[in-house]
Parts: sequence; structure tokens; C-alpha cells
Amino acid sequence: MFYREAGDFSTTYAEDQQTFPIKFDRYRYYVVLFVAIFVIPFMVNDYWVNSLFLPFLIYAIAAIGLNILVGYCGQVSLGTGGFMAVGAYASYKLMTAMPDVSMFIHILLAGLITAAVGALFGLPSLRIKGFYLAVATLAAQFFLVWLFNRVPWFYNYSASGQISAPERDTFGILITGPSAEAWATYMFCLIFTVFSALVARNLTRGSVGRKWMAIRDMDIAAEIIGVNPLRAKLTAFAVSSFFIGISGALFFSIYLGAVEVGEAFGINKSFLVLFMIIIGGLGSIFGSFAGAAFLVLLPVLLKIVGVDWLGWPTDIVAHLQLVIVGGLIVIFLIAEPHGLAQLWRVAKEKLRLWPFPH
Amino acid sequence: MPEQLAFTIEVFLNGLMAGVLYALVALGFVLIYKASGIFNYAQGVMALFAALTLVGIMEGQVPFSHLINAILGTEVHHFGWHVPAFLAILLTMVVMIVLAYCVQRFVFRYLVGQEPIILFMATIGLAYFLEGVGDLMWGSEIKTLDVGLPQGINVWIDEFTFEATGYGFFIDNLDIVASIVAAILVIGLVMFAQYTKQGRAMRAVADDHQAALSVGVSLNFIWILVWSLAGFVALVAGIMWGAKSGVQFSLSLIALKALPVLMLGGFTSIPGAIVGGLIIGVGEKLFEFLIGAPFLGGATENWFAYMLALVFLVFRPQGLFGEKIIERV
Repeated sequence: MFYREAGDFSTTYAEDQQTFPIKFDRYRYYVVLFVAIFVIPFMVNDYWVNSLFLPFLIYAIAAIGLNILVGYCGQVSLGTGGFMAVGAYASYKLMTAMPDVSMFIHILLAGLITAAVGALFGLPSLRIKGFYLAVATLAAQFFLVWLFNRVPWFYNYSASGQISAPERDTFGILITGPSAEAWATYMFCLIFTVFSALVARNLTRGSVGRKWMAIRDMDIAAEIIGVNPLRAKLTAFAVSSFFIGISGALFFSIYLGAVEVGEAFGINKSFLVLFMIIIGGLGSIFGSFAGAAFLVLLPVLLKIVGVDWLGWPTDIVAHLQLVIVGGLIVIFLIAEPHGLAQLWRVAKEKLRLWPFPH
Repeated sequence: MPEQLAFTIEVFLNGLMAGVLYALVALGFVLIYKASGIFNYAQGVMALFAALTLVGIMEGQVPFSHLINAILGTEVHHFGWHVPAFLAILLTMVVMIVLAYCVQRFVFRYLVGQEPIILFMATIGLAYFLEGVGDLMWGSEIKTLDVGLPQGINVWIDEFTFEATGYGFFIDNLDIVASIVAAILVIGLVMFAQYTKQGRAMRAVADDHQAALSVGVSLNFIWILVWSLAGFVALVAGIMWGAKSGVQFSLSLIALKALPVLMLGGFTSIPGAIVGGLIIGVGEKLFEFLIGAPFLGGATENWFAYMLALVFLVFRPQGLFGEKIIERV
């Protein structure tokens, strides 16, 4: 009843293959985009952007990236934090080396550099599988963080060992540094998030995505039907790292502004993004958004409820948050391994028949 | 004897000792993995939890006191008694067994037959959960653990090597105790697995779940047993590491140190865990001493073990002693 799909008939292949074949879904998508582009930028202030929208948009990109690798290609990676650091430091070096070039170019280049690094660390995936690989990607995590900590060239020999984003603009609008306007940073990240989601969605339903899924379901069988595992796995690592690099670059330059690598891109960041895609839904672009939104909102909500309403000390709320997140991971893996995305699908099924289920 | 060589030997010996401690953590992983195919990322947090509980019981802390105080507005902290170390260790072991039962009953019973990687991610969730519970129960401040283990430089070795070589080696008493305990633990576990009824049942389950079921082995019981054993190993590791560097969050990170040990030694082999631990311990200390600190800016210990394991795995994916991986379509 609420969910209308009756009367949707596709008469061409193009109609049949579109991302949102149901008119209702399509309009909902346009409405969300419209609100995101034309309503939110005029309403937001610094608090909303910095505590909700920017982390959500940036983590959504990282989650999409990791979902491509874990959810679509089945290669579990715990090196997300390290790859985000590559994106951040690449963008920093580019920003300081070429101040006049647009930030768009810098962020994209940072993504490409991360893609190359990711493909390099993806090479062992040809020999080792499963959690051997998961543990092997930890090598990337620790090595990269160490590298950015210890080699002064990466942080331009600054005394503190930190990197901080200089003020840069794009099309004459300031987007990095402390005096950037909230709406500008929001729009900049939104563009990248929408772009990432579109690219990821179209890659995963094309031949590349099908190869990834074949590898995920059983790599030997996939090899026998003619999927080249070398190319499939390495493209998955490269594409995934590309998005993760973009998100790392945005995380540093737009969101935080100044970064200490061990703190911002440590192993906890890897787990956070992994949790986002487990809770959101493995192998689903919508799930990446849902998981990112969930894990960005949860600490904010807990803080409001625990600290502001109940007046508990912050450390108890922080510990409680660990318990809740850990518990949720286990509950989701047991009860709904496909995450929030699957819950959404089930809800849609229910809404189709409501209020007269047969 | 030249100074450099003496230093190197000292670093080598200290590496061996560190390796024993890594192996101790890795043992817990191997036990659970062999019996249930679960790669238990939470092992390090279990060690932290065990050490926290031990300190809490010894000091007579009220569990969840911060939470209780926050909710009820009371001011409870301690019961006001001190429990002797031996009794506290026993009580902690009871807690670990209860934990093992709960983990099996509420989590892994529902995940039987899932893919290994799903189980792995579930243990990551478990690790977060346990870390939060441990902090809520006992507080997150750094605690000192003193169960009466000897600590400090071993004077006898120092004097002996000084007379023999002209340079006194610094070997911590605690490391020696840890090595002895680890050796006893390994021998005990091997004996348990070889000669007791439960141990044989455990090996049967590790070999083939269904065959073990069909000859009347209770999978549920074996898994609880195995998690309890892993809890025991975690407790021992927690005592050793806790006595060495205090009971704090970083204790749980030793799990991350144990992972490359496992990759090197193979996930399924107890001797592999020991040998792998020794190789990693010696390797990272020597690398740091000979190459890392002079040429690479130090702190290479964070990643050296992983890189070593990574390079090694490319040539031998099942590790040194692991079973050959056979894949079928």
C-alpha cells in the first residue's frame, strides 16, 4: 500500500536495467538528492556539519570502498586505516607542492595514489586467503602508519610530526582550513560521496562486479569459468583503495584539518569501517550508507542520552559504547548477516502488502 | 669478547624471552582454532579481562562500581578486603569458565557452520564487547598486578656472564619465570590432549565434527572446555604481561603480536606457535637492534613481525607447521 510498485512495466532493456527500476524508489532517490543538495546546505551550521554530516559522508565513502573489497570480492581487509592515511598524506603532499591546483584534482590524485598502494598490498591475496589475508593486511596497517610517523619527508619536516591542511579553495570558494564555511565543506564532500556511490554502483553491476562476486563465492570455480583471479582481485583492491584514499584525503583536509597519523588512522579506524559494513550490510551500496549513518549517529546519541540527560561521566558512556557496538556486531552476525540493508529489503516487502498481508 | 657481539647475544636472549610470551598468547588461539575452526581475535582482550578480574578480586573492588555509583548516586568502591593471590587466581578461573560458557551458549552456538570469516568478525565484536565490559566492571585506569612473581635483573646470570665474558647480561627474572611457566603449560596441554578422555575427545572434534558427534562426543561440552582452556591460557598470559607492564588497555594489543606468530607457525600447530613465537621474538628484537634503530628511525617492532609473516606466507601459505591447505570446488 505505502510501497507502490504496481503499474511499473519496463518496455526497453535500458528501463529494465536501471538502478531503481521501481518508480517509487526512483522518486525517493531524487527527493533525497534534492534535499541533500538544495535544502541541507542552507540550513546547516558548524555543529551539524562537523559532528554529523561530514563524518557521515566521509565514512560512507570509506565504507563503499571497503564493501567493494569485502562485500563484493570477499577479501577481508583490516588495513583500511593505513590506506586512509595514504590518501591523507598524498593529499597533504599534493596540496603543499601544488597550491594553485583545484582541490578536486588533489583529492582524485590522492585516491589514485592510494589505489596503487592498495594494489601493491593486494598482491599477497593471490597466494593467501581468508583470515590469513585479513591478518596480512594488518601488515599494511602497521607498516604504513609507521612509515608516515617516521619518515619526515611525508610531514614536510614539521616539528610536531603532525600534518595540517593549508587553506585551499576550489572555484574561488574556500574549503579547507578553519575559516572555511560549513556549507562549502559539506557540498564538497557530498559531491565526492555521490560520485563514489554512482561509480561503485555501476561497477558492481557490470562485468567487473560480476567477476568480483564470482571470486567471492568461490575463487577456484571462478577461475575455471574464465575469471582471471589476478585481475579481479587486484582491481578490487585498487578500486576499493581508491575510494578509501579519497575518504582519507577528505577526512584529513576537510574534516579534521590536522592529523596525527597513529591517532587518526590507527587500527581502530580499520575496525570502525569494517563494523560499518557488517552492520550496514555486506555487498550492498545502500548498506554502506546505512552502516556509516548508524555508527556516526550512535556515539552522538549515546552522548546526548548518557552525558547530557542522565549525567553520567563520559568514560562510562565511552565504555558502554564499546559494549553496545561489540554486542550489535555479534547480534547482527547471528540474526541478520546481511545487515541493515536486508532489514530495509524486508521492510519494503512488508510495506508492499500492508495493511492486507495474505 | 667484543662489545657488539655481547650486546647482540643479549638482545637475542631477550628476544627469546619475549618470544615465549608471544607464544603463550598464540597458544590460546591455536587451541580454539583447532577444536572449533574459530579464529579468536578476542584472545588478547580475554587476557586483559582475566588480568583486570584478577586485580579486581585481589583488591576487593566492587564490580561495576562506577556504573552503580552513576546510576544510584552511591559511593561504593571497595569491599575492604584483600584476597590472597592463589585464591584470587582460582576465582578468576571460575569467572573465565563462566565467560566460556556464555560465549558458547549465547554466541557461537548460533554460528555453527558459518563461514570462518564470519566467525572471525564475530570474535572482533566479542573483543569490543569484552573490553567494554571489563572497563565497566573494574575501571579503565592502569593497575599494578603483584602476585609475588620475582622481578628485576637476575643477579646470578649477570655475575656469571660478567666473569665469563666481561659483560654482564641483563635478563629479567620475570622473563625466566614466564619461560618456565610457558614450557610447563605447553607440556601440560600436550599431555592433556594426548592422555585424557576429554583431551582425546577434543582432538576428535578438531579432526572431524560430524564423526566426533556420531561416536557420542558432545560438541557443546568440548567447545566450552576449549574456551575455558583458552581462558586459562589467557589468564596465565595476562598475569605474565600484567606483572611486566601493568594491567592496562595495551595488554589486549598482545593479540596483535600473536597473529604473525600464528601465521608463521601455522594456525593448527602447538609446536608451531612456540617456534613461531621464538622466531618472531628474536627476529624483531634483532632487526630493531641491528637495522631498525640505527638506520630506519626505530620502532620497527610494530610492523616487522607482520612483514616477516607476510613475506613468509607468500612462499608457504599454511605456515611452518600448518596442515596443507587443500581446496576443492
